[in-house]
Amino acid sequence: MRPEPRLIEVRKNVLKQNDVVARSLRDRFRAAGVFVVSLVSSPGSGKTAFLEKTLTLLRTNYRVAALVGDLATENDALRLARSQAPVKQITTGTLCHLDAAMVQNALEDWDIKQLDFLFIENVGNLVCPSSYDLGEDLRLVLISVTEGEDKPLKYPTIFNSADVAVVTKIDLAAAVEFSWETAYNNIQAVRPGMPVLKLSAKSGEGMEDYLGFLAARLNELRQVACS
Amino acid sequence: MHELSIAMSIVELAEEEAERRGVRVNAVHLKLGALSGVVKEALLSCYEMASESTPLQGSLLLVEDVPVVIFCPRCQAQRPLSSVQLFCCPQCGTPTSEIVQGKELEVVALEIQECVPNPV
Repeated sequence: MRPEPRLIEVRKNVLKQNDVVARSLRDRFRAAGVFVVSLVSSPGSGKTAFLEKTLTLLRTNYRVAALVGDLATENDALRLARSQAPVKQITTGTLCHLDAAMVQNALEDWDIKQLDFLFIENVGNLVCPSSYDLGEDLRLVLISVTEGEDKPLKYPTIFNSADVAVVTKIDLAAAVEFSWETAYNNIQAVRPGMPVLKLSAKSGEGMEDYLGFLAARLNELRQVACS
Repeated sequence: MHELSIAMSIVELAEEEAERRGVRVNAVHLKLGALSGVVKEALLSCYEMASESTPLQGSLLLVEDVPVVIFCPRCQAQRPLSSVQLFCCPQCGTPTSEIVQGKELEVVALEIQECVPNPV
């Protein structure tokens, strides 16, 4: 018997399974009229404090909820729950990112039609989350002033998978001699045209603009749904 | 790093295809984009681990690196990006975020083995 090698075409995305679930989540979110925002960043950028403030401020006018991913502990969920919004912790064990299946499982016993905004805080990691679509409408990438202005240059992939950059902890900018211009230019260098917000969850500076931005996006979503 | 779980997904995908067609896989051809978020060297070493004790054991993972190609709105042409730290046209310098290729993580083809009888 003479073996003959042959090439057969496959053309399948390795992460197809995640994409299929993400697409189904996206359809579900659209049908429910909920605007979904995910947050990615390094550990320590202030994601949780920022999200807690967001939930607290939005709750006065909107119905909000959050999912938060961590390798271990329920600490972040407990902090976010102080906002009085429904919060659920997703503990990933050793997995370094959330994927669409985890989000789907976490939402099993929630009625998302009752929501205006759903926030998904990813595991603190600027590398792995870039490959996984969670079905969100908007992905925010956060960098704090304490991390240095060159973060975007070091992690171009995550900036290319996100929609809006948020510079956090600006109340500390002077203390760490943070250059807003350098950071902004570096973001534009790896992702031309990327909108950039700057704020401080602690002092409240910049939060109003950010919430206005979210409200406008929700309006857009609802208008499209009605047309 | 999660290249091991990516490698396991590749093995699973290839295994499914092979089973469907009733063939043995000698090699998996993969397109890996520079912006896929996956590191080639790590993936190659994880592939060996991931394929162990599966029908794919002993098979090769052949990776085709896919560079980032952007579309320049001024030149109205596709251009390969010289650096992921600077998303602008290498020809005219216009910043652009329109990515034409570079995010791939795709099993393109399988090199399979089938036996044919020797001619009499």
